[in-house]
Amino acid sequence: MENIILKTDALGISFGGLKAADNVNLEIRKNEIYGLIGPNGAGKTTVFNMLTGVYLPTTGTFYLDGEELRGLSQEKINAKGIARTFQNIRLFNNMSVIRNVMVGLHNRPEFKCNPFVSMLRLPGHFDAEKRMRAKAKELLSIFGLLEERNTLACNLPYGKQRKLEIARALATSPKLLLLDEPAAGMNPQETEELMDTIRFVRDNFDMTILLIEHDMSLVSGICDRLTVLNFGQTLAEGGVDEVLNNPEVVRAYLGDD
Amino acid sequence: MREYFANVKQSFKLKHYVNYIIVLLPLILFTILHYAGALNRSTPTLLVQIGYSMILAVSLNLVVGFLGELSLGHAGFMCVGAYLGSLVCNGLVDKLPLMIVLVIGMIVGGIAAAVFGFIVGLPALRLRGDYLAIVTLAFGEIIRNICKNLEFLGGAKGLETKWYSAFLAARNTAMPLFIPTFLVGLLMLALIQNLIRSKHGRAITAIRDNEIAAKAMGINVTYYKLFVFVISAFFAGMAGVIYAGTASPIQYSFFSYNYSIEILVMVVLGGMGSIRGSILSAALITYINFVLKSNLSGDMAAVKTLVYALILILMVIYKNAPALKPVRERFNLKLLGVAIREKLFKISHDAATVTDDAGEWDEIPTKIITDEVLSTDLALSNYNPDKPDTNNK
Amino acid sequence: MSTLIDGLSLGAIYALIALGYTMVYGIAKMLNFAHGDVIMVGAYTVFTTLMMGNGIWAKILAVVVTVVVCTVLGVCVEKCAYRPLRGASPLAVLITAIGVSYLLQGVAQISFGAKSHPVDFTIKGSVGGINYHTIVTLIVATVIMVSLTLFVNFTRTGRAMVAVSEDRAAAQLMGVNVNRIIMLTFAIGSALAACASLFYLMQIPSVSPTLGSMPGIKAFTAAVIGGIGSIPGAMIGGVVLGVIEKLALSIPVIAPYTTAIEFSFLIIVLLVKPTGLLGKKRREKV
Repeated sequence: MENIILKTDALGISFGGLKAADNVNLEIRKNEIYGLIGPNGAGKTTVFNMLTGVYLPTTGTFYLDGEELRGLSQEKINAKGIARTFQNIRLFNNMSVIRNVMVGLHNRPEFKCNPFVSMLRLPGHFDAEKRMRAKAKELLSIFGLLEERNTLACNLPYGKQRKLEIARALATSPKLLLLDEPAAGMNPQETEELMDTIRFVRDNFDMTILLIEHDMSLVSGICDRLTVLNFGQTLAEGGVDEVLNNPEVVRAYLGDD
Repeated sequence: MREYFANVKQSFKLKHYVNYIIVLLPLILFTILHYAGALNRSTPTLLVQIGYSMILAVSLNLVVGFLGELSLGHAGFMCVGAYLGSLVCNGLVDKLPLMIVLVIGMIVGGIAAAVFGFIVGLPALRLRGDYLAIVTLAFGEIIRNICKNLEFLGGAKGLETKWYSAFLAARNTAMPLFIPTFLVGLLMLALIQNLIRSKHGRAITAIRDNEIAAKAMGINVTYYKLFVFVISAFFAGMAGVIYAGTASPIQYSFFSYNYSIEILVMVVLGGMGSIRGSILSAALITYINFVLKSNLSGDMAAVKTLVYALILILMVIYKNAPALKPVRERFNLKLLGVAIREKLFKISHDAATVTDDAGEWDEIPTKIITDEVLSTDLALSNYNPDKPDTNNK
Repeated sequence: MSTLIDGLSLGAIYALIALGYTMVYGIAKMLNFAHGDVIMVGAYTVFTTLMMGNGIWAKILAVVVTVVVCTVLGVCVEKCAYRPLRGASPLAVLITAIGVSYLLQGVAQISFGAKSHPVDFTIKGSVGGINYHTIVTLIVATVIMVSLTLFVNFTRTGRAMVAVSEDRAAAQLMGVNVNRIIMLTFAIGSALAACASLFYLMQIPSVSPTLGSMPGIKAFTAAVIGGIGSIPGAMIGGVVLGVIEKLALSIPVIAPYTTAIEFSFLIIVLLVKPTGLLGKKRREKV
């Protein structure tokens, strides 16, 4: 299949005997919104951590656009095109909203600028800064954060912090966006908005999105396909309706009765 | 070219230049006084001390306040700079004019210290918090111990700085040392502020705020940590050379960890992440030290330590004690300033927001989150990808 | 052989001081930079007591007085300087500790002068090339360390200390009086420092206001080598450092570089094992 963007091949990791994830095989097509669900402790975030280079998988490997990324450092993997958000929001709290996004823009080749150029304020510096700022504003306006661009990130309301994290991840111009529980702590209306935003990002940024989520309305609302993890193992995969009606999945979520 | 100046003009904001003015005004003032012959004997010495303390404090602030790593070895870098710079100066002093010797010495001292900064920066990639602090302290002590024992560095007697005597001899004709010191200070201020107010500065503060997120955003943490350590050490080395111009022989004992701590105190009292704070508190603390030292002699010199200690304890408790928060909020200078400005200029100013859009900042609202600086809890950088954690049973 | 024994006894002194650092760090989560100066105060207490007389009873009195003075001092410092800052940033507490350290040195210098004074506190004589005071140091230090380990592991208060070091908030919820435990920790740490000062005076019979800083910093190094926060780690780190110091001093060529060697050892240990020999690795959840 030519348009598979992320492929994991028997990905697994164990922490001192505990298999946090085992034999996870994902195949995510381009422009897909793919859900990764499962009960707490099923190893979903662990999979994200392996895909972003925080953990080195003990078994298996993964490919982005056919290129093997296993063993690369976090920053290299990001440069190759995987960006993520975090379950417990990790913004740069002492920096303003716009600067958070500008950190995301840092590594784009079009804004390249040697530190010594900046220190001596050579012409390249002003040029890069100006364009970065414009780009950041553009991103912020998409997420409706333009008004608050000078607020400190920690002073934003919760829903906007989540949005800012997505904007910041998008700023790194990824091919694949990993969202770790983007709707956690949001009210139904905010979740609704978030779904629109995610779709918008997929359509307008030509993005593929892999997301972890507990909110089933969001999952069934936007995901094209799903994988269910339980105790680190794949329980089911396929289309949304098919997976959510799978008796094993229901059992994993609701218990054995 | 025209476009460049347009850019400079566009990004110009007076408040970014306040720090330069703070340094430049005294420089001009005292230069005039000096050439008018109105300065007393000890003032130039005090000015040089203030100058190099300022350089040390600002460069340490780059590591502690902006990168968020605790370093207790700043005096060690200064030591390297002082010794190697003086060595070069000693060799050149008869052959070249004094000021050129000084410049060459500062460059050599700075580069030598920067090399050590790189070496000390390496453990910073693996260690955090207290562990890094003790390693920087250890490096400082190692450097001192080696300087004490190397014969060509003067050994336990210390290194004679010939050019100090040259300075003394030319006291009435040559430019006083405080002028080049302040000029170096201005240069450093320009370079460090420009660095901080650029994408690189953003990357550095991002590492401080959340190293994990910074990595996930593709920031090359290794590169920036080493870069900051090298730059910071470079300026400490230059400060060391200046120090060597005020003392002969230079003594290894001066550069003990106590001195590193004194610099750290300047940074903390001035406010971590505030360059202006570092400048002002460096000047203030050096001044207090100088006055106390020159007015107290013999065992009464200890009164200096005592006063200093009390100021330190009381200030830290006042600034940080949770119980005193209401008092602090009532007597907050910054809010007072805002209120006055509102009254005078009828500008409404929301203190909670940073209203400056030009992408530049003076003071980053810095509050290193509890446990972040001195805690091993954040030991993720210890994570060794080859061995999935074995301690986690 | 005698070098090794000397090293062990110096190491025991370092271990006693390092225990103070490590316990305070583990329980109050702060670096008590003033800990070294408690040793200095202890040494001056011995000096003052011995000015009154020099018999065996005077010496025994000196031991008691020193332990009491240091313990009281530790508790007072905690109460006046550190307690107001509970909950503030650790760096602020660190700076206060530095301030306390300067304060103690300043007081000592005003009271006794900057010069060093001789103190005759040693136990003269030797057996088989090993000094009596070395043997005494080793035995007493071992007894202290064993009883401390027993205290921490097998008493109610000791377990409360462990609980506070693991999770202060949870311990408080379980009814542990955290303030009392922290005060107790300072008391124990300072009492250990008092003992260390006694043994230190047996080896180096003179007092000066800056006496505490070098052993203090070395013991701190020892605590970090062992893994700061870990009680057995502090003991091992102290002993290892002491042995290294004495071994290095016994070889003339490298003797001047002893300090450099000790600190290099610290750096190497930390590079190999970033949390020290017995330090616990804590991982942050991503």
